Amino acid sequence: MSTVTVAHHEEHHDHPTGIMRWLTTTNHKDIGTMYLTFSLIMFLVGGSMILGIRAELFKPGLQLMNPDFFNQLIGIHALIMIFAALMPAATGFANWMIPLQIGAPDMALPRLNNWGFWLLPPAAILLTLPFTLALFGIGDGALATGWTFYPPLSLQGGIGVDFAIFSVHLLGISSVMGSINIIVTLFNMRAPGMTLMKMPMFAWGWLITAFLLVATIPVLAGAVTMLLTDRHFGTHFFDAAGGGDPILFQHLFWFFGHPEVYILLLPVWGFIPQILQTFSRKPMYGYKAQVYSLWAIGALSVVVWAHHFFTAGMPVPALLYFMYSTMAISLPLAVLFFCWIKTMWRGSMSFETPMLFAVGWIILFGIGGLTGLVLADVAADAQYHNSYFVVAHFHYTLFAGGIMGIMAGVYYWLPKMTGHMYSEKLGKLHFWLTAISFNLTFIPQFFLGLAGMPRRIPDYALQFAEFNMISSIAAFVLGLSQLLFVYNIVSCIKGGKKATDKVWEGAEGLEWTLSSPPPYHSFTDQPVVK
Amino acid sequence: MQVLKKVGFGLGILLASLGAYADYSWNFPEPVTPMALDTLHVHNKFMLISMAIFLSVLAIMIYSIFAHRKSKGYKAVADKAPSTAVEIFWTLIPFAILLLIDFVIMGIPAYHSVVMMEDTRDKASMVIKITGSQWRWQYEYLDGDAQGIKFVSNLTTTNDQMNNAADKGENYLLEVDNPLVLPVGEKVRILMTASDVLHNWWVPQFGSSRLAVPGFIRETWVQVEKPGTYRGQCKELCGKGHGYMPVVVNAVSMEEYKTWVAAKKEEQAKAIAGADKEWTKEDLMAEGKKVYEKNCAVCHQVTGAGLPPAFPAITGSKISISPIFGEDGKYLPDSHMDRVLNGKNVMPAWKATLNDTEIAAVITYERNALGNSVGDVVQPSQVKAARQ
Ligand code: HEC
Ligand code: HEM
Ligand SMILES: [Cu+2]
Ligand SMILES: [Cu+2]
Repeated sequence: MSTVTVAHHEEHHDHPTGIMRWLTTTNHKDIGTMYLTFSLIMFLVGGSMILGIRAELFKPGLQLMNPDFFNQLIGIHALIMIFAALMPAATGFANWMIPLQIGAPDMALPRLNNWGFWLLPPAAILLTLPFTLALFGIGDGALATGWTFYPPLSLQGGIGVDFAIFSVHLLGISSVMGSINIIVTLFNMRAPGMTLMKMPMFAWGWLITAFLLVATIPVLAGAVTMLLTDRHFGTHFFDAAGGGDPILFQHLFWFFGHPEVYILLLPVWGFIPQILQTFSRKPMYGYKAQVYSLWAIGALSVVVWAHHFFTAGMPVPALLYFMYSTMAISLPLAVLFFCWIKTMWRGSMSFETPMLFAVGWIILFGIGGLTGLVLADVAADAQYHNSYFVVAHFHYTLFAGGIMGIMAGVYYWLPKMTGHMYSEKLGKLHFWLTAISFNLTFIPQFFLGLAGMPRRIPDYALQFAEFNMISSIAAFVLGLSQLLFVYNIVSCIKGGKKATDKVWEGAEGLEWTLSSPPPYHSFTDQPVVK
Repeated sequence: MQVLKKVGFGLGILLASLGAYADYSWNFPEPVTPMALDTLHVHNKFMLISMAIFLSVLAIMIYSIFAHRKSKGYKAVADKAPSTAVEIFWTLIPFAILLLIDFVIMGIPAYHSVVMMEDTRDKASMVIKITGSQWRWQYEYLDGDAQGIKFVSNLTTTNDQMNNAADKGENYLLEVDNPLVLPVGEKVRILMTASDVLHNWWVPQFGSSRLAVPGFIRETWVQVEKPGTYRGQCKELCGKGHGYMPVVVNAVSMEEYKTWVAAKKEEQAKAIAGADKEWTKEDLMAEGKKVYEKNCAVCHQVTGAGLPPAFPAITGSKISISPIFGEDGKYLPDSHMDRVLNGKNVMPAWKATLNDTEIAAVITYERNALGNSVGDVVQPSQVKAARQ
């Protein structure tokens, strides 16, 4: 009896069990698990919403929903995917892996960490509550402005806009707390001997993301707060009749919004090279060049925001400045691509699921990057802007570049986190279904955009019918394929072949020196890096 | 390899199934203005360059994926950082190429395109003003013979067509009652604004698109080189009717344009004359029904039931059944006249959009139909007086 208590004590330090364990936990692995689980659930929620949209767009005419409901769906889909699926996934990995990778026993600020996570579920509820109520005929629904909140439309909207504003506040606070934690951890808790320039690339990606978040989230919070006071307290920041300017909001929003794109991607750019080196069985190429490029992209990302609204009207010098500065981002990005491919080159490669996702990711994200470059051309952008071309472009960056990168990370680290191997067969099937149906969903959207179909419309002219139909069918295949992913993860958590400590033959780094799964408290004796 | 066969197969199916639609557009529609032509060139050039980059990098990757496999017994070869001058030179070459593409091959023409796009005044032979409002475009000719011509352009696709209860016409969702008419070959300066939220006036074949911002004037221009009917759409999310505010432009020869201007002027003169005469209730009701269904039914619904709480009902609404004029003959604040002329919150102000007759008719209609039966009549002359 007493031995049992002792063993329990050893393991959990008197931590409560059941739901209270999760509510009060300050353990980085528990919190990481919660972030990742939350992210997966919200990914499915946001995905089902957009399948509703794709079903409506299957053929011309209004079939399933009215235009107002349609507008609510697209905006909530995007907010969920960005803030509740992609960001928490990256934060989940940070929590799990950064302490393991830098040889720290935990994150520097564990209580803050707990709070950072537990702000997310209320935020998600605030975001979706008005929408859910409207499904049952109560109230006038969620915000119907798209995820960008542009006034004056958002000044007209119902209470759903206020809910979304508060939700963004909570999400922002959570992100800033997570970022502060990561910055403090990385600066103070690295194992002796691990200089900054020896940090794993994932830690670098996150460090820059964290700085960007701390710098830009307050601007977003300010912008939506101004919106709130315009709506309810008689201010006129965005109302020309009172001396304000609706375009001011776009400047503030995208001052956050463009860095946000890199915030979502930098962590992925961090761990993809680690995956590539593992499965190429040779160290990543150009570590320093990659680190400097990440910094360069981080810095450039805060000075290019106005390329999101070239057609709003700007003086010629401003147009030229934002065009050329945007093009300049392609240089450090090219360095990264060069290093990634050079890491594969003359390696001894094998193609387990994480590697498949990583290589597919390079190709698809490449398409996103190249189409982004042409969007920088002001004159051509007048055509692309707000057309389906842009929708396709940002899904190549956010779905392929973001979510598919995260999937590579999931397959890569899942055996370490659970101690079991996932099913390689299902993993590969998941990859091929995802990659193919993703392309079939979004390639047609490039052509739709060129042909002149605007985004955010619930119904379209007959000439757009065929491509929309293909895109909708493929989107359903894409959506259903993700059930394989969920199944694979769940069965891997439940059991399966035991994973070795190193898991992958070519894996390098401190996280692979621990057992799989790692003990609840790892690195109680600090490792030393030479 | 397996993998690539599958990808190739998938893409093959895609291309084959689409190839069936031979006349289907794979690129921008035929450009008819200098701007659109310029854009098409930029786009084509860039797509070629990026395809070339993409395919060559892909080829390198595919080679590596085949050749450098563990299963083939390939042993990893350690990388060396470039050290000699020659090696560094070769490493820098790709970046020199990229610099060249970004800032010379793309960058220099882009500079000229921007300058051309923003030069709205030079050699412009006429000026029009376009106002976006929920959910219709309003056109006004500001100078020349056509000065003073002003009209609203509404979608003509019916609700039945949208709800799949009737066949959809060829120009489903891209058809309007009053298209904008422009002479070919003339540079037209466009002043763009909005009355409520952001809108964006876009015709793909023109290559110009500009945000319409309430309270501000933005500028752009078009010079249509080829007669024809060109269709586009609003491309800034502007509420529930965003998908339903198409742009239709008739580009015609100068003679046809002059004839159209003359006819339009006559029509407007008649409408003004009509405002001075006394109208019968029947005529007002008939005209009012038309005006209502075209302009008001999107929000207040054809039946007058509205969509509460966003859009109030007209049927039985306090404003629609209480008196309009005070004892001094002036209209009361918050009366039916006040609301329709001046709007409130989301309810648009109609005084700049509808003429005296239309406003008189629609008020009369709302008070004596849609389940209301107040009995009174508003004459155009009263609206004219109310505007003062
Ligand atoms: C964009 C949607 C929209 C359109 C189009 C619109 N209305 Fe309205 N209307 C409203 C809204 C919203 C209100 C409520 C305004 C308020 O009190 O805040 C309103 C109020 C009214 C009222 C007062 C009802 C009451 O009792 O409060 C009248 C009368 C009216 N509208 C007439 C018209 C007429 C006539 C037209 C067409 C010429 C029209 N509306 C077109 C949105 C619209
Ligand atoms: C199953 C996969 C997905 C499909 C089929 C899909 C499809 C769509 C569609 C059809 C739209 C609406 C376009 C419009 O009408 O304007 C849209 C909007 C959007 N999606 Fe996705 N999407 C998917 C996943 C994602 C993911 C993973 C992200 C980001 C992480 C994302 C981010 C966005 C954004 C930012 C918008 C813009 C919303 C707006 O207009 O405000 N999507 N998506
Ligand atoms: Cu951007
Ligand atoms: Cu619109």
